[in-house]
Amino acid sequence: MTDPQDDEDLIRRRQRSRARVTALLLAALVILFFFISIAKIRSGTP
Amino acid sequence: MTTMTRPLPVPADWRDFLALTKPGVMRLVVFTGLCGLLAAPVTIDPVLGFTAILCIALAAGAAGALNQWYESDLDARMKRTRNRPLPAGRMDRQAALHFGVGLGAFAVILMGLAINLLSAAILAASILFYVVIYTVWLKRRTPQNIVIGGAAGAFPPLIGWAAATDHVSALPLFMFALIFLWTPPHFWALALFVKSDYANAGVPMLPVVAGEQVTRTQIGLYTIPMAAAAIAPWPLGLTHAIYGIVATAATAFFALLALQVATRRTGADDRMRPEKRLFAYSIAYLFIIFTALVADRFLS
Repeated sequence: MTDPQDDEDLIRRRQRSRARVTALLLAALVILFFFISIAKIRSGTP
Repeated sequence: MTTMTRPLPVPADWRDFLALTKPGVMRLVVFTGLCGLLAAPVTIDPVLGFTAILCIALAAGAAGALNQWYESDLDARMKRTRNRPLPAGRMDRQAALHFGVGLGAFAVILMGLAINLLSAAILAASILFYVVIYTVWLKRRTPQNIVIGGAAGAFPPLIGWAAATDHVSALPLFMFALIFLWTPPHFWALALFVKSDYANAGVPMLPVVAGEQVTRTQIGLYTIPMAAAAIAPWPLGLTHAIYGIVATAATAFFALLALQVATRRTGADDRMRPEKRLFAYSIAYLFIIFTALVADRFLS
């Protein structure tokens, strides 16, 4: 049987690493959307 | 009053979500999509070009995730796939389904908003084709599964071209036909040396259902129209000599390896070297053909 404390630690670790990756992806998308907007404005397309 | 405490489910690691997207398959999809985009006779803004390729990659990842969601029972029975996140029990099926649907919808919407509606429509069709037509409908029912299902992998150059030009013309259709006709010899070469794996999982791949000899003959037969689709753009004036010469040489070598496989008779302890060689070269072949297509556009 696994120790409930170990499980709890593993869950917290997983949640932290997933939150970090999600934050990075969201930041990357913000930057991408900014540059897409600039490209669209420059080319005059909607 | 006493309450039962249930153990909290352990959330899947982000690496498992990445594995769900089949990054290995994605490489070829991204490459052919990029080549379709670069071979188009117009230049696209680098940011928009990058976005289009990102959408193709995300859509391929979504299709891979939904494929693994639907096939987790089958993956558990195959040596090659039993360590994937779902059969290995590292992720629950609902998370995989939500991830696949969310990623696919995001890719199509982003393509539609940032690039154009035509490429978004083809992108949506490619996801639906892979998931519904190939995974759900054909794969477990017919040995022709990968023949028709091959169309799903043939969409990326068409999407890349449509992203750059907002229309589809003859050359990307030839590239579509090439990948479509390349898929049977490529997959059947693999199926010949992992036949027992497919048989154990109950997948009706051609070597399992019709036998090795029929599969070998079919590999040889499908190579003929594949070669025609690869070389035809040159005499038709759609490409120049750079593509023509490279495509002819690379296709001739493919045909030679396919002929070797098609005419072989094997014993019980055969190590299937020619089949493995054809499978490995078939991947390199697509890289060569599509690199030649882009080189032809920029150097001719």
